[in-house]
Amino acid sequence: MSIYSFTLPVIVFLALAAYFAGYRKALAVAGQSGGIRSLHSLPMHYGLVAAMASALPAITLLAGWHLAEDKVITAIITGELPKQLAQLPASELSLVLNEIKNIAFGGFSAATSSPAIQDAAVRYVELERTFRTIITVGIVAAASVPPVFILKKISPTLRARNLMEKALMVFLVGCSTVAILTTLGIVLSVLFEALRFFQAIPLVDFIFGLQWSPQTAIRADQAGSSGAFGAVPVFAGTILIATIAMSVAIPVGLLAAIYLSEYASPRFRTWTKPVLEILAGIPTVVYGFFAALTVAPLIRDAGSVVGLAVSSESALAAGLVMGIMIIPFVSSLSDDVIHAVPQTMRDGSLGLGATRFETIRYVILPAALPGIVGSILLAVSRAIGETMIVVMAAGLSANLSFNPLTAVTTVTVQIVTLLVGDQEFDSPKTLAAFALGLLLFVFTLVLNFIALRVVRKYREQYE
Amino acid sequence: MNNTATTNNDLLAPSKRLVKRYRAEKRFRRCGIAAITLSLAFVFFLFFTIFSDGISAFKQTWIELKVEFSNDLFANENLAAADYPGLVKRSLRTMFAEVKSRKDKKLLYGLVSPAAAYKLQDMVEADPKIIGTVQEVWVLADDDVDMLMKKKIDRTVPESNRRIRDIQLEWIDKLVAQGRLTTNFNRTFFTSGDSREPELAGIRGAIKGSFFTLLITLALSFPIGVAAAVYLEEFAPSNHWTDLIEININNLAAVPSIIFGLLGLAIFINFWGLPRSTPIVGGLVLTLMTLPTIIIAGRASLKSVPPSIREAALGVGASKVQTVLHHVLPLAMPGMLTGTIIGMAQALGETAPLLMIGMVAFIVDIPGTFSDPAAVLPVQIYLWADNPERAFTEKTSAAIMVLLAFLIVMNGLAVLLRKKFEIKW
Repeated sequence: MSIYSFTLPVIVFLALAAYFAGYRKALAVAGQSGGIRSLHSLPMHYGLVAAMASALPAITLLAGWHLAEDKVITAIITGELPKQLAQLPASELSLVLNEIKNIAFGGFSAATSSPAIQDAAVRYVELERTFRTIITVGIVAAASVPPVFILKKISPTLRARNLMEKALMVFLVGCSTVAILTTLGIVLSVLFEALRFFQAIPLVDFIFGLQWSPQTAIRADQAGSSGAFGAVPVFAGTILIATIAMSVAIPVGLLAAIYLSEYASPRFRTWTKPVLEILAGIPTVVYGFFAALTVAPLIRDAGSVVGLAVSSESALAAGLVMGIMIIPFVSSLSDDVIHAVPQTMRDGSLGLGATRFETIRYVILPAALPGIVGSILLAVSRAIGETMIVVMAAGLSANLSFNPLTAVTTVTVQIVTLLVGDQEFDSPKTLAAFALGLLLFVFTLVLNFIALRVVRKYREQYE
Repeated sequence: MNNTATTNNDLLAPSKRLVKRYRAEKRFRRCGIAAITLSLAFVFFLFFTIFSDGISAFKQTWIELKVEFSNDLFANENLAAADYPGLVKRSLRTMFAEVKSRKDKKLLYGLVSPAAAYKLQDMVEADPKIIGTVQEVWVLADDDVDMLMKKKIDRTVPESNRRIRDIQLEWIDKLVAQGRLTTNFNRTFFTSGDSREPELAGIRGAIKGSFFTLLITLALSFPIGVAAAVYLEEFAPSNHWTDLIEININNLAAVPSIIFGLLGLAIFINFWGLPRSTPIVGGLVLTLMTLPTIIIAGRASLKSVPPSIREAALGVGASKVQTVLHHVLPLAMPGMLTGTIIGMAQALGETAPLLMIGMVAFIVDIPGTFSDPAAVLPVQIYLWADNPERAFTEKTSAAIMVLLAFLIVMNGLAVLLRKKFEIKW
């Protein structure tokens, strides 16, 4: 870290110096050739170009070294190790290197290590110091030499503003590609691990298998440790909980949206809408806590009064609470959609003598249907991808059951349980999480894509 | 035509069909009201359960011990090596001299928290002169005593089903009668990190972790989000590339948050080698997650700036970039800030992706930098909610109250900003 505490202020200082030098040079040049109006750009732009010429190469150098430092020094150290150490297999070699680094950074008592390793550690510190000195000199040079050339070039005809704007445009384009890079990152990270998983477990077994027990054996003779990766029970559980959630969210959300947009007085609306939106703002972990500690016991007790055996991690509890969480999504999206139906259609229907209910049922809903379907699809993708409520309130064991009173598990629960804790990236157990993630991503992507398409088409229809 | 009398009647009284239609109308209206009432009732129910459960966590029970810092205990030079837990036990024994059997003694020691020993140690180290004196010291009570005082353990339940024995009840009643047992404001909750002992657990570590994580999220997502929104709304040519970016942003806004966690695990931790469980990685993941929100809000607010502003600026000779930077962007800024605050509020409440990058570890230390292992507030809630002890349930609710308070402040700020700077063109 010490390299930054020195170089960063130096870079900032040199860039500022370059700015002011550029500014003054521009004014001076302007003075010689007939006043400030002879300049192509504002003096500020000349200064900024000079500052940019100073800061950009220096920062690039610093960042590049930051990424490469460890690799370069390690490579040199490995080359210098005595023979019997250098010829170790890769896994043991990395242990040795780790030990060297630990001693070099002063974290370990050096007494227990062999002299060769201690020498290497001393060499590591030495190398690091030399390289950092070189890099620091390089940074100072990179921050001070290019602006000198720029300053020489400053003349009334230099198009400093255009240069600036070009640089800004590069930055803006870079920022807007972050979205694409994110998607690419998601696809690549999930896809690669998933492919490794499918090398161990055939795709067909994964998609159509009826057994899910991802605990693989540590010893070959362990009982119940074959590790079955049939994802059907996991999908079934996801679908069951999402169905329960949607059967709460769709009617309540739709009715609330219709009432608020068609019946409610403006005052009622201004008070009720924000309260409904609170539901969307509550973190999911709060819903999860509420589902696990309040709703689930309530349902279990109610069940035992009636004489039903309800699991304390029943799909019903998780589904109900998830449904309530989704109400505001359905209601605010369909509210927008209903609002977009032209007033003339309402007036026409009411003018013919239809009641408000009939207007809604026979005119508004059919007109708004595509949009409503789109918003429901978005809500479904939300329900499938929701994690915390099910992690806290649904079960862990994969039962192939459509009874809402039993405990089922979901895709997201499995991803969390497989990846939280110690991971080894060569066992199918960990990789299975990425396979599930891939399926979840693809499925929600398709849902979102269709939903956004439908909503957009629908909007265009009335615009 | 023959039954004119009846039709006359029908003209005055509504027909059967009309009655039916009106009834349907009323029924539908009632359904709508019921739907809204149900949602509102749920909001209140949720808030009520969490508040009624969590409010008591802001109080804490203390017991006053009469401690004799006798010289024989501190014979050793090293003050830290003295037997402080033994000192606590000895004080309890002298206060309740009648307790004789080993089993009862053990129950007696269970009344005070293990933190009592640390408190005595701190006292001695701060002022070694108290050695040899007798002091009245307030120490933390055990969480079971705390629960009893808050009436969360029912005295009427048979002894075998209760975490506090009858004999302990007697002692507690005696302490209360002597004025040696009191409850007051729970400072520990706000000043300490996580702990296995409920009475010692606090949210300071989680709040600091959340703060660091959000700082990184804000520092990255605000500039990137604004830049992307400006580019897409003001400069981007309409071609396939721009379309692709747009579709991507809209899709990312609806991708499940746990997927971002998988991305963070595979790329930031396994590929880039960033340290697990740290605010840096958490901040990066949350940045990617909140960017779509900020970009979408930013574009909406740029769109709402009327074209006349741009035309006027271009008309007096500003370049396209100058028009945007000097005129359009400042006018759109309040809307962008609102979007950013809402994005930050989302990030503050997010848990699932942080589980993936290992921010679920049990971390006692309060994080000091961006690369220290840390928990965040929602993850702390998740960890406590998993803990079966009764006292942790109360702590969970209290942590939720703190989290909700932060969210309410942030969202309130966003609303205020919108109201204050809203311009009707």
